[in-house]
Amino acid sequence: MSDQKIWRVRPEWPFLLFLVFVVAAYLGLLLLLVGANMLTVSWSQASEILKDADIQHSIKLTFVTCTATAILSVLVSVPVGYLLSRYQFRGRALVDTFLDIPILLPPLIVGLSLLILFNRIPPSACCGMLAGGTLIAAIWGAARKGNGIVIRFLVGSAILFGLLSFVFAGSQRSLEGIVSEVGFPMTFHPLGVVLAQFPVAAAFAVRTMRTTFDQISPRYEEVAMTLGCNRGQAFMRVVLPLAGKGIVAAGTMAWARALGEFGPILIFAGATRGRTEVLATSVFLEINIGNLPGAAALSLLMILLAVSTLLIVRCLAGRGGAV
Amino acid sequence: MSGGILVLEQVTVQAGDFVLSPFSLEIREGECVALMGPSGCGKTTLLETVCGLREGPVGGRVVLDGLEVTNLPPGARGIGLVPQDVVLFPSLTVREQIEFGPKLHGWKPEEIKERVESLARDLGLEGLLSRLPEGLSGGEARRVALGRALALRPQLLCLDEALSGLDEARHDEVLGVIRKMIEREGVTALHVTHSKKEAEAIADRVVVMD
Repeated sequence: MSDQKIWRVRPEWPFLLFLVFVVAAYLGLLLLLVGANMLTVSWSQASEILKDADIQHSIKLTFVTCTATAILSVLVSVPVGYLLSRYQFRGRALVDTFLDIPILLPPLIVGLSLLILFNRIPPSACCGMLAGGTLIAAIWGAARKGNGIVIRFLVGSAILFGLLSFVFAGSQRSLEGIVSEVGFPMTFHPLGVVLAQFPVAAAFAVRTMRTTFDQISPRYEEVAMTLGCNRGQAFMRVVLPLAGKGIVAAGTMAWARALGEFGPILIFAGATRGRTEVLATSVFLEINIGNLPGAAALSLLMILLAVSTLLIVRCLAGRGGAV
Repeated sequence: MSGGILVLEQVTVQAGDFVLSPFSLEIREGECVALMGPSGCGKTTLLETVCGLREGPVGGRVVLDGLEVTNLPPGARGIGLVPQDVVLFPSLTVREQIEFGPKLHGWKPEEIKERVESLARDLGLEGLLSRLPEGLSGGEARRVALGRALALRPQLLCLDEALSGLDEARHDEVLGVIRKMIEREGVTALHVTHSKKEAEAIADRVVVMD
């Protein structure tokens, strides 16, 4: 053994150097992007734009709409993430793919689709489409011997939507007309900002919650169920407390995503100063009026907010929570 | 509630591609049976079927103390489970873990207190009742899981390789505690294990699946 020669191994430094070069080049680009904004605006210009009443309204509306979107996203993503994580059902891959559509679509299309849905499609057609969709899902589920309760629920929903379709038949009002009548106008209204931010933000929150639930062993629910819980009680008493950090992470992710949303807001809610303007649209408006320093100052504010929220997510993930 | 008779009649289970061949077993009241067999033979699948944690068996019946429980939900069967990975609820103290079942079943507070203290005394957990699972050793965690499973005085105690991962000293200690508690509570027990030595030490009878 002592006569054995040491095997020759090629040095590690070229590979290490390659990694460092790629990381440095990428980080360098990001730093240059931030630096470019910093060099475009002086403290006095930044202070001036931040004191502008319209911009202050925009900042407030950004915080309110992003928070509302984050809360809505969490409320939707928790049950959807749990269902996808825990239940094996026929068509799960289809549902999973469908939920990713808002992430894959160009943002403008989300806004355009909302605009058409609320202003061009009569409610009877909306209900008809939902009735058709649920009926197809029910027939497909029944053909594949799916869960009876779910199939009955789908059939019931199809009947309900079908009846609503008849109720609304002949009405010339748009969906926007109906929601405006009950006090929740959407198109070119601050509420529309939330609806425009929601599809993409919720899609990210669903991904986060699904990963969270995947990381929580189903054994917790199983043990709770042997102790007398039903599935719902096991979820509320055992799984939800375990998913706490994941829920915060999903909310933060949705908040950050909503902050960066621009296209759908511009198309569906508009960019009216002092009304539907949020930070992303403020940057666009400042560029349009040729105020580059103002746009750069607002960009820096958005970068600061985005980095802060991402740091919160990283901190939560780093503490070993189910994130 | 004392131990009940467990009868498995030609139970067959399908779990994905795996199909458990018809399996029958009868365990007498208060008896402890060790279930052994090679990896992948379906021991845990069978145990989960007994506990109601899988969809009902493809065929056969599960009868506990004369009552067919084949299609009953897990919580209605009167079965306590100590799983392989223990899974103590991370946010609950040791006391809350043991109280979990009795509280759900609406026991009176004094009954719960008495039961928790009695189990803590028998399991050597008196000094740990206010601790969270995070700081417990492997042996302590097993004893808490045993207390949690026994708190409702189940008719059947199911142990799924509950001693795996323990060092020899802790293994023997917890083995002794399980044996003592099975006798003291008079509970019927089904213990899944890989270890022949463990099976012989704990069980009145060893059943081998193939």
